[in-house]
Amino acid sequence: MSEHKHFISIWFFIGLLLSVYGALILGAGIYDYFNPTPRDVVLAQLHAAIWWGALLLVLGLFYVIHFRPGKE
Amino acid sequence: MPAPLSCLFQTQPARLVSLATVDLLIIAIYFAAVLAIGFYLKSHTRTGEDFFLAGREMTAWVAGLSFLAANLGSLELMGWAAAAYQYGILATHWYWIGAIPAMLFLAIVMMPFYYISKTHSVPGYLKLRFGEPARALSAVSFGLMTVLMSGINMYSMALVLKVVLGWDINFSIWVSSLTVAVYVALGGLLSAIFNEVLQFALIWLGALLIPVLGLIEAGGWDGMTARIARNFPGQDYTHLWRTLGSFGDNPMGIHWTGIVLGLGWVISFGYWTTDFLVVQRVLAARDLRSAKMAPVIGAAFKMMVPFIVILPGLLGLALLPMPLTGESQALASGGHSYNEVLPLMLARYLGPGLLGLGITALIAGFMSGMAGNVSAFATVWTYDIYRALIKREASDAHYLRMGRWCTILGVLVSIGTAYLVMQFLSIMDYVQALFSFFIAPLFGTVLLGMLWKRATPAGGFWGLLAGTASSIGMWIWARTDPGALAYIALSTEAKDMAENMYRALWSWILCVVVTVAVSLATRPKPDREMVGLVYGLTEVPSESHLPLHQRPIFWTVVVAAVFVALNLIFW
Repeated sequence: MSEHKHFISIWFFIGLLLSVYGALILGAGIYDYFNPTPRDVVLAQLHAAIWWGALLLVLGLFYVIHFRPGKE
Repeated sequence: MPAPLSCLFQTQPARLVSLATVDLLIIAIYFAAVLAIGFYLKSHTRTGEDFFLAGREMTAWVAGLSFLAANLGSLELMGWAAAAYQYGILATHWYWIGAIPAMLFLAIVMMPFYYISKTHSVPGYLKLRFGEPARALSAVSFGLMTVLMSGINMYSMALVLKVVLGWDINFSIWVSSLTVAVYVALGGLLSAIFNEVLQFALIWLGALLIPVLGLIEAGGWDGMTARIARNFPGQDYTHLWRTLGSFGDNPMGIHWTGIVLGLGWVISFGYWTTDFLVVQRVLAARDLRSAKMAPVIGAAFKMMVPFIVILPGLLGLALLPMPLTGESQALASGGHSYNEVLPLMLARYLGPGLLGLGITALIAGFMSGMAGNVSAFATVWTYDIYRALIKREASDAHYLRMGRWCTILGVLVSIGTAYLVMQFLSIMDYVQALFSFFIAPLFGTVLLGMLWKRATPAGGFWGLLAGTASSIGMWIWARTDPGALAYIALSTEAKDMAENMYRALWSWILCVVVTVAVSLATRPKPDREMVGLVYGLTEVPSESHLPLHQRPIFWTVVVAAVFVALNLIFW
């Protein structure tokens, strides 16, 4: 799926960035879960950072593995 | 199309949100990533074809997402969320009837002529079809429009970052725009497209949580509409068509004929089929089938954009405890304006980490829009102005260097424009008007050029000139004589947006009439000079050997059916 036979696929770059973001957001969500700080965030009890971060991480890792350089 | 975010943020309240360390880290990683992609792609950008057309190597998916992302700037997100709060679901027309038919028309009818002619740009097509004068007029007006739009967007984004985050305006302008300049100058359109696809993903993943959490809080769609009805009794914010029977029945002050003929026909078709900012992405496709599929894929995603743009505005109507107002009222009362609805919703639901992702989505939107402007400007300047009018014979390497320098120059001129806008805020009011000056007549010229082989070079040039001049003339008339609205927009109740729609329609009609009249009075080009440029003289490769699911026409029908269904559901 690379856009040119010599290119690393754009989907690999996207996967890499989503993996890093997923890990950071998941980490921030877990930290917030165990160390809750009072904020004005509505629906904080849903802990969106945990499940959204996990979703980004899984999605990102899928793209990294599926479109990794050298895989044809 | 530019969002109606006029007089953006005259109010300067305290910052709306504060970022944690993890949020800043997410934003910093984003900047590092786009620069890294630019440096990586520099080694793959060796020729003018690589730089200006991404080597014509893009798949349908990449070209299609880039086609859409170049339009999905941060002002698009902020502006249409604000419009949704102000006008309700009517703002969705700019995403559905104001985009989908035109994108599908580009795919099936116009793309074969653009692609088979092997043009580098829309002005380049006009040169092939109508000759140098039409190209020069189109290229110069496009160049002016592009740098001005780019500067306005840049200033607006910096102002957004100042209001939302408290960032210094100068810092935001220089850091964001120089980042764009570096990655586009390094990798050209290739780098712009790669980053636009990345930015497209970030925009969706950063903004998607707002409607998801908003609908949970509101109790679903029914809960949201019930709350809006309770908060704003007697006003209809949740129906697309039923309030468009007369100018006075809806907050936009528009009639359905303005939406269908002005927006859905002229402005939408003008923008999506002839604005080189978006068409350039499709020209980078690797073959004709991909070039036809790219706008269809873009259209499918465009239909979903209201979910992350319009729905947050509607949720703001339903859920925000304080009513938002116009800028001047917000300035007087110290409250919040419509324009702040998206940042307010971000701050409402997103904690540390997620907020950084949401802000990154806004910055990514700004960068994708700006990269689109800059890469299109570099191409039109280099091929349609510099090579056509200044230095005709030079090596490919020379034009490649010119493209790189022109990218930097385009960004610097845009920065200058941003500071100009800062001094003269009223320029912001003219963005939509400026857009309609050039785009509507250009659509008339290109359409006749592609579909009517009798159209002559003189007809094309004079039609384009007459359409553009009449649009500017009508705008001046309406500014100097308020009674002119009754003639231009068919009603003195018409608002600015309705005036833009009708002005575009008249200028398009005039362009077509003049083109036809002059063409019939002048000598046509010989058929042999129009092969590959016009209907009837262009052999479009057959797709009958392809399985149904690989044919662009099949997916066009699918997208069109969903488009009709959505309009009926939200009628």
